[in-house]
Amino acid sequence: MVRFILVRLLGAVVVLWVVSVVTFLIFQLAPALSHTSPVYYYIGKIPFPQDSIQFKALVHRFGFDLPLYAQYWHFLSGILFGQTITDGVSTPIQCGAPCFGYSFRQNQLVGTLLLQAAPVSISLCVGAAILWLIGGVTVGTFSALKPGSFVDRVGMTGSLAAVSLPIFFTGPLLLLVFVYTLGWLPDVSYVPITQDPLQWLRSMILPWLSLAFLYAALYARLTRANMMETMGEDYIRTARAKGLPRRAVVVRHGLRAALTPVVTIFGIDIGMLIGSTVITETVFNLRGLGYLSIQSIQQQDLPVIMGVTIVAAVVLVLANLIVDILYAVIDPRVTV
Amino acid sequence: MSLSPGELEVVAQSDSLRVGGEQRERSIVGRSLWSIAWRRLKKDRVAVSAGVVIIVLILVAVFADALSALYGQSYLTQHNVGPGSLLDPATNMPLGVLGGISPTHWLGVTPVLGEDILSLLMFGARTSLIISGLATLLSLVLGVSLGLIAGFYRGWVDTVISRVMDVLLSFPTLLLSISLITVLSFISTAETMRFALIIFVLGFFGWPYIGRIVRGQVLSLREKEFVDAARSLGASNARIMVREIIPNLIGPILVYTTLTIPNNMLGEAGLSFLGVGVVPPTPSWGQMLSDAGNYLQIDPMYLILPGLAIFISVLAFNLFGDGLRDALDPKSTR
Repeated sequence: MVRFILVRLLGAVVVLWVVSVVTFLIFQLAPALSHTSPVYYYIGKIPFPQDSIQFKALVHRFGFDLPLYAQYWHFLSGILFGQTITDGVSTPIQCGAPCFGYSFRQNQLVGTLLLQAAPVSISLCVGAAILWLIGGVTVGTFSALKPGSFVDRVGMTGSLAAVSLPIFFTGPLLLLVFVYTLGWLPDVSYVPITQDPLQWLRSMILPWLSLAFLYAALYARLTRANMMETMGEDYIRTARAKGLPRRAVVVRHGLRAALTPVVTIFGIDIGMLIGSTVITETVFNLRGLGYLSIQSIQQQDLPVIMGVTIVAAVVLVLANLIVDILYAVIDPRVTV
Repeated sequence: MSLSPGELEVVAQSDSLRVGGEQRERSIVGRSLWSIAWRRLKKDRVAVSAGVVIIVLILVAVFADALSALYGQSYLTQHNVGPGSLLDPATNMPLGVLGGISPTHWLGVTPVLGEDILSLLMFGARTSLIISGLATLLSLVLGVSLGLIAGFYRGWVDTVISRVMDVLLSFPTLLLSISLITVLSFISTAETMRFALIIFVLGFFGWPYIGRIVRGQVLSLREKEFVDAARSLGASNARIMVREIIPNLIGPILVYTTLTIPNNMLGEAGLSFLGVGVVPPTPSWGQMLSDAGNYLQIDPMYLILPGLAIFISVLAFNLFGDGLRDALDPKSTR
């Protein structure tokens, strides 16, 4: 068990290292391909003429004249151990680990921007996840209990239709109906839960619904397939033969076994979600991590893009790791 | 390919049982998996209708120029100024009902620019199909060849390829795609370059999925007797892979293809929606939806039409892929 966890941890570290290298290289590519000094991407302007002594001093201060490996180490050690950021004019900023650098365009530490955006994305992901898990598993279970029935056909056709609907179509449609036509919900963006729980709920309902709708469909199909397989097992017949009520057999024996693979996928999807909420956050104007990344790409604010990508990778890798370990604990057949 | 008992089918059974009819001998004919699958697929009404929709979609994409000329409107013509303007000068919104639907503009015109929506949708189909088709082809080529090599040679080759697939599958794909497209667009802003970038990003991050499927299949296929037989006849590794193993993979590859194309259609639309996809004036459904979001309250038709175009196309591919999987699955009872 210890060995298993160690091997997986090592794998996680390797993935994170690869992501850090790839993000760093993208950061290197931008100035090279656009024939613009990296200083421009770093602070958002070219403050001095490019051949002036001040400009060369600035390039040197940021370390852009160092060899590539040294610049990578500067980037990595900044994240791991923190760094001091200075543009040579203002007072230097102490940035403790994990330090993702400084956004000169927004005059904020990238870490601060990430922390401001995180609650929005977390609100979105957690609420949607609860909705789709309940919805998907319920539909999938009822479909599996009577394969070929009306409920099953409606559930499965509906779920296939749902996975064919992009969020950037369902989202605006929901806005159109519930906000602009019926007026049941206010036309506001995110309100923090600490500020006004009711407004928070009202502002999050539509984003939750449109995100959950898509995933619920996938989970309904997954649950149905697993449930149909499980309900054909011998021990289910034994449980029925013992005279257990159908409900108990379905819930305690069937669902419990059928849900193990669903839980695995759930962990992975939650990990992926931070990166995939970009579209939902754009549609509903929520200032979360996805919105932050799109906004910083439009402003060519590379330190922020790198920060968001690395945070998304960390969340993803951690979720994968937790799922792997949990799975090994639950299922004794899993060994390395 | 080997024949299993399941692929033999008694035909002409009903004839021989016909009372009073001419007694014919029962003949047992081997049917290929393909003819069985084809017969099953033809009976699946949903899959057949989905297939028809897909064919229509492809025809529209291929003949978009001719159809547009026949219909008499081009998306490049803007009806937004002067006496021919179809927009309300005060609001810049289409005049008339439902986003300006008229005998000359069957699905109305866009707000502000006054471009013909039907023409935009037809050329949007072309964009969508070119990108999703070529991206799927790229993941197929990479996934099948690398999966085949990994499963066939095993050992360190397999370890390396499998680890690469694991790493790629745990990447924050969407964020990296957005950054990559933005950065690589500095090379050239040409339309073909954008297309190539989107195809590359969608295809490259997609290959591990088919790679895993192929590798798994090859691991079991390589132990089959027909591979031993081919080897004992002196066939080379390359010949065994191409002539013996690949034909057995066509089923899963076909199903994967029909289910990946719609995913890539959504991918292209999503990137275009976020503003890192196809660049105007090249039409894209995702781009139209993004633009429509600005006029949601006044001109909802502009949102609904491209949305329906995406929905119908993606659903058709999904339904067809589902039907194909059932038809090719020997265990399915249909």
